[in-house]
Amino acid sequence: MGDGDTAPAIDEGGGVISFADAPLRLDSGARIEGLEVAYKTYGRLNADRSNAVLICHALTLDQYAASRHPVTGKPGWWDRVVGPGRAIDPARFFIVCANVVGGCMGTTGPQSINPATGQSYGLAFPVITIGDMVRAQAMLLDRLGIERLFSVIGGSMGGMQVLQWAADYPERLHSAVCIAAAPRHSAQNIAFHEVGRQAIMADPDWRGGDYASHGVRPEKGLAVARMAAHITYLSEAALQRKFGRELQRDGLSWGFDADFQVESYLRHQGSSFVDRFDANSYLFITRAMDYFDLGLQHGGVLAEAFRRARDVRFCVFSFSSDWLYPTPESRAVVQALNAAGARVSFAEIRSDKGHDAFLLDEPVLHAALAGFFNSAAQARGL
Amino acid sequence: MAIREDFREIARLVRPGSRVLDVGCGEGELLELLAQEKQVEGRGLEISAEGVSACLSRGLAVVQGDADQDLDYFPAGAFDYAVLSQTLPQVRNPRHVLAELLRISERTIVSLPNFGHWRVRLDLLTQGRMPLTRSLPEPWWATGNIHLCTLRDFTALCDDLGLRIEACAALVEGKPARPIDPKHGLENWRAELALFLLSRNGAPPHAEPRRSGELL
Repeated sequence: MGDGDTAPAIDEGGGVISFADAPLRLDSGARIEGLEVAYKTYGRLNADRSNAVLICHALTLDQYAASRHPVTGKPGWWDRVVGPGRAIDPARFFIVCANVVGGCMGTTGPQSINPATGQSYGLAFPVITIGDMVRAQAMLLDRLGIERLFSVIGGSMGGMQVLQWAADYPERLHSAVCIAAAPRHSAQNIAFHEVGRQAIMADPDWRGGDYASHGVRPEKGLAVARMAAHITYLSEAALQRKFGRELQRDGLSWGFDADFQVESYLRHQGSSFVDRFDANSYLFITRAMDYFDLGLQHGGVLAEAFRRARDVRFCVFSFSSDWLYPTPESRAVVQALNAAGARVSFAEIRSDKGHDAFLLDEPVLHAALAGFFNSAAQARGL
Repeated sequence: MAIREDFREIARLVRPGSRVLDVGCGEGELLELLAQEKQVEGRGLEISAEGVSACLSRGLAVVQGDADQDLDYFPAGAFDYAVLSQTLPQVRNPRHVLAELLRISERTIVSLPNFGHWRVRLDLLTQGRMPLTRSLPEPWWATGNIHLCTLRDFTALCDDLGLRIEACAALVEGKPARPIDPKHGLENWRAELALFLLSRNGAPPHAEPRRSGELL
């Protein structure tokens, strides 16, 4: 795409904000003292502070939604949606994207120094939830002087945060967009995450989570976790179309080298992932997703979660080939929103690209997002 | 583009600023018309992906879904009007859909082709084949209409469900709507396309509190 090259044209900001005065209170009852939140911004906040859009990122993504990644050098992960001429245009909106609590790109996470010990948290980091991530984002917005968001948007785990926002802070939202997500983790979702966590913990270099003090990293385990997870982000059709049974070289090796292109691709996905992601972060964030059950937080009735969110304009998207968070999950959210009397739009986008379609070239999604934001902006007087 | 005659008539019936659910909203022509002319708070329900994406890119609120299943999730009295323009013969269970519409809306507007129209009867009598008329232009193997009915059939269903017919008009493309008594035997021959304004019998308007917060 080469869109990263246009980045200098946009007003870009961000940094790390420290919350020295107030701890982050966690759902578990624990608290994080001296929370730091790393974030990026694009565009400018208007005079009446009504044009802010919060982007919530997925499990292994970060705040670099529309700017070059400092580690990989790749363009922003959502530059098809965020950028000049895109559905979320920095010329119109003030866009904020923050690394989640528990992450490893600058926000407090297991790699950070535990003020109580002066050492890296490791496994002593408290178990966090999607609700905790959202609470930290709300603290960031308070600090940035944003009382009410024009919109909160995210895909996958980002979509879960959007739903949590609607449940916890509906009065701070004008609109909300939830893409390829679910109101709770299914048994299959938890199962795949458990495979990933076990792979990490089975790596001898994990050292009970204390690898930092030993100067090693459980790279093999984290790579396997990524490989397994990556399969769930694609569809069978997409894998077949991309790789089929194509071989890396002429003929078979009659051994366990990466004979098939799909093997080589997955190995590359695994090994490049460990350069930019922390194994303990992976454990804590996948746990947060597994614990997510928005209905359960509201007496087992999902519609109750949205009781106060009637005046928020919602848009929900799923992808036809997403088997990680399949369409019925999004439909359950839509039905609950309808039952709560909220104004909701919903579309199942036809795509064979699987769960990752939300990050890819999906013109129908992008046109729908533009239409939704235009009409929401009109209603907000933007 | 010319506006469909039933859309014009629906726009005349709808109170300004009301909450409208258009079931089978297609690409959102009616919702757009109602938003422009009556400033309604419109919502659509549409089964086709093409229709839904057209609505969304026009900035309309639409849910991709199936009238046969998805109406059940709306709370009672969620809308002032539900509109079903030429969609009822296409649903799997018209009786259930109609009953649901009158649960979730105070008034329901239904337009449907009259299978009792004289041209239909004549075609069937003389040709012995499924009729092709202005309001039923597709051959039997291509039409989405799986539950066609006559005016008499429809008014009987309304009676059966305890619905009140507040108004009815016969529609012909390019001509003004003609108010009719749908139970009059002659109209069952004359009306090609009919539009009904229905409410629950006995239930006074606004019987249920608006936005009552009823949850599933």
